[in-house]
Amino acid sequence: MSNVATLFLARAVVAVLLLALVSASLPGMIAPAQAVSADEQLSDPALEVRARNLMREVRCVVCQAQSIGESDAGIAVDLRHLIRAQVAAGASDDQIRQFLVDRYGDFILFKPPFKAETAVLWIGPFVVLLTGFGLLVWFFRRRRTIAAPAALDPEETRRVARALDDSGIADLERGSST
Amino acid sequence: MIVEIGHFALVLALVLAVAQATLPLIGAQRGIRPWMALAKPAAIGQFCFLALSFAALVHAFVVSDFSVAVVYMHSHSATPLIYKIAAAWGQHEGSLLLWVVILAFFGALVAIFGDNLPPRLKARTLSVQAMIGVAFILFTLFTSNPFARLSPAPFEGEELNPLLQDPGLAFHPPMLYIGYVGFSMAFSFAVAALIEGKVDAAWARWVRPWTLLSWTCLTGGIALGARWAYYELGWGGWWFWDPVENASFMPWLMGTALLHSAIVVEKRDALKAWTLLLSILTFGFSLLGTFLVRSGVITSVHAFAQDPARGVFILGILVLALGGALALFAWRAPTLKAGGMFAPVSRESALMLNNLLIGTLTFTVLLGTLLPLLFDVMDSGDVSVGPPYYKWTFIPISLPLIALAAIGPLLGWKRGNIRQAMRSLWGAGALAAAGFVIALWIDWGREMLAGFGIALGLWLLIGTLVEWAERVRLFRAPPLESWRRIRHLPRAAYGMSLAHAGLAIAIIGITASSAWKMEEIRQMRPGESMTIGSFSYRLESVSGVRGPNYIAEQAHFAVSKDGVPYTDLYPERRQYMVQPMPTTEAAIESHIFGDLYAVIGEGDGKGAWTVRIYEEPLVPWIWTGSILMVLGGIVSISDRRYRVGAPNRQPAALPAKA
Amino acid sequence: MRRLIFLVPLLVVVLLAVLFWRGLDPARNPASLNSALIGKSVPAFALAGLTPGAPGLTAADLKGQVTVLNFFASWCAPCRAEHPLLMELARDPNLRVVGITYKDEPAKSAAFLAELGDPFAAIGADETGRVGIDFGLTGVPETYVIDRDGIIRYRLAQPLDSARLEQEIRPLLADLAS
Repeated sequence: MSNVATLFLARAVVAVLLLALVSASLPGMIAPAQAVSADEQLSDPALEVRARNLMREVRCVVCQAQSIGESDAGIAVDLRHLIRAQVAAGASDDQIRQFLVDRYGDFILFKPPFKAETAVLWIGPFVVLLTGFGLLVWFFRRRRTIAAPAALDPEETRRVARALDDSGIADLERGSST
Repeated sequence: MIVEIGHFALVLALVLAVAQATLPLIGAQRGIRPWMALAKPAAIGQFCFLALSFAALVHAFVVSDFSVAVVYMHSHSATPLIYKIAAAWGQHEGSLLLWVVILAFFGALVAIFGDNLPPRLKARTLSVQAMIGVAFILFTLFTSNPFARLSPAPFEGEELNPLLQDPGLAFHPPMLYIGYVGFSMAFSFAVAALIEGKVDAAWARWVRPWTLLSWTCLTGGIALGARWAYYELGWGGWWFWDPVENASFMPWLMGTALLHSAIVVEKRDALKAWTLLLSILTFGFSLLGTFLVRSGVITSVHAFAQDPARGVFILGILVLALGGALALFAWRAPTLKAGGMFAPVSRESALMLNNLLIGTLTFTVLLGTLLPLLFDVMDSGDVSVGPPYYKWTFIPISLPLIALAAIGPLLGWKRGNIRQAMRSLWGAGALAAAGFVIALWIDWGREMLAGFGIALGLWLLIGTLVEWAERVRLFRAPPLESWRRIRHLPRAAYGMSLAHAGLAIAIIGITASSAWKMEEIRQMRPGESMTIGSFSYRLESVSGVRGPNYIAEQAHFAVSKDGVPYTDLYPERRQYMVQPMPTTEAAIESHIFGDLYAVIGEGDGKGAWTVRIYEEPLVPWIWTGSILMVLGGIVSISDRRYRVGAPNRQPAALPAKA
Repeated sequence: MRRLIFLVPLLVVVLLAVLFWRGLDPARNPASLNSALIGKSVPAFALAGLTPGAPGLTAADLKGQVTVLNFFASWCAPCRAEHPLLMELARDPNLRVVGITYKDEPAKSAAFLAELGDPFAAIGADETGRVGIDFGLTGVPETYVIDRDGIIRYRLAQPLDSARLEQEIRPLLADLAS
């Protein structure tokens, strides 16, 4: 058997295993909707809204980028039932989140909790923005000390308009012989 | 045989790429003209061989040659022709070949249309482009050979993943690749300019059409992908902040920043080092995306098969390309001459602020994408970074950007008048305020962000129209004069207006669909009805239908509004014959203010089916906005000043008055 | 100073490259999830056995001896694939192998074991999957190692393979048994 065939055989075995894994044990790993089971909705609309909002925050742990509100993986359906049951039983949103985190870790929440390790996530973008803004200000300050740009005199204004093609009129005046 | 020709052509392309990567560069350094001149035929030849190679692969798919491993694994004789062709890039090996083909395509375009470039710059640019080509052809040949044969050949193949058997997704990868591979051109131009140590307005003008072309295709590609997720995944969502989506979004953001900063270089000869950096980083993010998708370092719905050896190889390319370019940048960029001066309030400053905000947005996405990896590597546990993170970082930071996009174009170059600009925008401001109030009233107390989204969308939309009206002096000048201005406004200006208006419309759509989507999930029997929003859905029947390579259950919904028949919807649940995976085909009916969206799920075997109905407000606006942005790109590319081949080396803009 | 700023992008890329390099470590499986229960006591549960009157399994049963707990189901193909390894583990006199069937009809689980052999000293049937959620289960099969005090020490959220068995699980078991 050639090398390629051996390699292929090995790959095929892996592929079959993966397929078996996907189809048998993790029914929702691939994204589309399947095996839809009608979720029994809570009779109180306010509670149902709360439950739905929670479902959007909770990650379907076997489907990578979907929430349990948008997956039909078995585990997602189970967690939907569980969340509805807990909402109906009067648990607060935080209690339900804590319940899930105790079992699945922070991974299950799409919104990482704010703590020392995750501070960079929540503050980072704003720090970068402010630093950048500071640099911008510094840039202008420095420039001003080097040379303050004078306002344009009328002649300059005309030249700007022409050089920049800004209004298109400059184009017109020059004809199409750019 | 044809397969072997394809393989051989790939090897020949490698040889040409090696020649193109070395000789013209040395020639440019030592002033040997014939060596520099080699770049053009080499680039064209490299592209031709790669195109031949790719054609051979497509041919293998079309004739279902299952002796080729990738054909066996991703195609089936019963697959419709279009998906046989699409399968050629529906897997890692073939899509990588397409990647290389597009890389060479851009090189060939520059070789053919770049006769007006200074010979040295052209030689160096093409050499750098070929270096990337060499790396990726080697990668293809050694880790991902699409032409590997199987012996003995199987009689029948597996099938292309049913999810990918969709017209939109068939063209999503090529567009996406033209987009982010195309940014390689800006990269090569930047590296060449760093080697030369010279950047001027002409340089920016040469880079711009290629960047615009890439940006336009990337915009279209991302929109196609989002649209595909919308109707194929069956949950009414179109963006999941999935790592692979982010991987294409980051180069888009950076490319957008680059388009804006390149204007400053072109018009004012300023921001040169920054624009070079952006050119390098934009393609850097393309490489990063390629790495993330193909290395398996981050898991994702869309990721290709995972193979650490591939990951190491691409990481090597990434480090060499980006590290090399940035080292060159650190060495040469400080010596670039500073360009034109401008005041803190000016078009230039507005564009700088635009760049700062877009840069921060890119960083935000990067952080969200990589933090889970960082945590995992540092053994700090697993975290998920999902939509709530982006909602509280990305969106607030993008709000000032949208606000700025309406103001910036009204500011003059060099020194702008903010008061005058704001005076022009009073109408836009009033409308935005009205939109804010209405949005809050629709959705009292739930979603403040929705109010800002709608308001800023309106602000930008009206602001863009106002800016256009000011330029043509609409109602201020005699109609004939305005008409003359309308006709002679540069196409680049129209391109900007279209793109900004498209962005505004898309933002309104995104905001509305995120904030006010409604869903109803229920078990229904034929004859039963349910009401969502102002529409009533009656399940008429569920019947079996047969496609070329699948069977499906098709539901028929009669939709009525206020008792009057409105439309009929036919969602399907398909079962493909080879791959046992069921897929949903949502039925969507669009009207101006939104989509009706119906999905049929599994039956319970006792005559009832699970049904999901969504009301998706303003989703068509997202697609309309994206189309406008793409149109804006196309119109802008067609501007005479950027038309490839036109004599370009004009006296650079106004000399700085220092 | 000004020159140093131009070095920043290069520095960032180097840092990222280090991160990616470590991320590519073949020992790391990006799809696997660390259990939130490592180092904690097994959650309380009491499950019936596969047949009426069979002893079943409770949390208290998991104390006193080093235990390997395996979640499985007859409908899960990878469970079938890993089964011989469980049979092999069960021959080790220093530990006890117990099983929980996940969302499976007891009769079918029993048939599964009759066909492939029964490595389990005790079995509980989790027909609703509720106990699975308390363990933070993501799918089947999953394998846990629990020490004498009933503390969870290890979780494998994928089918057993001989490499992991020899390199990760056996050393841990030997360590816990001593």
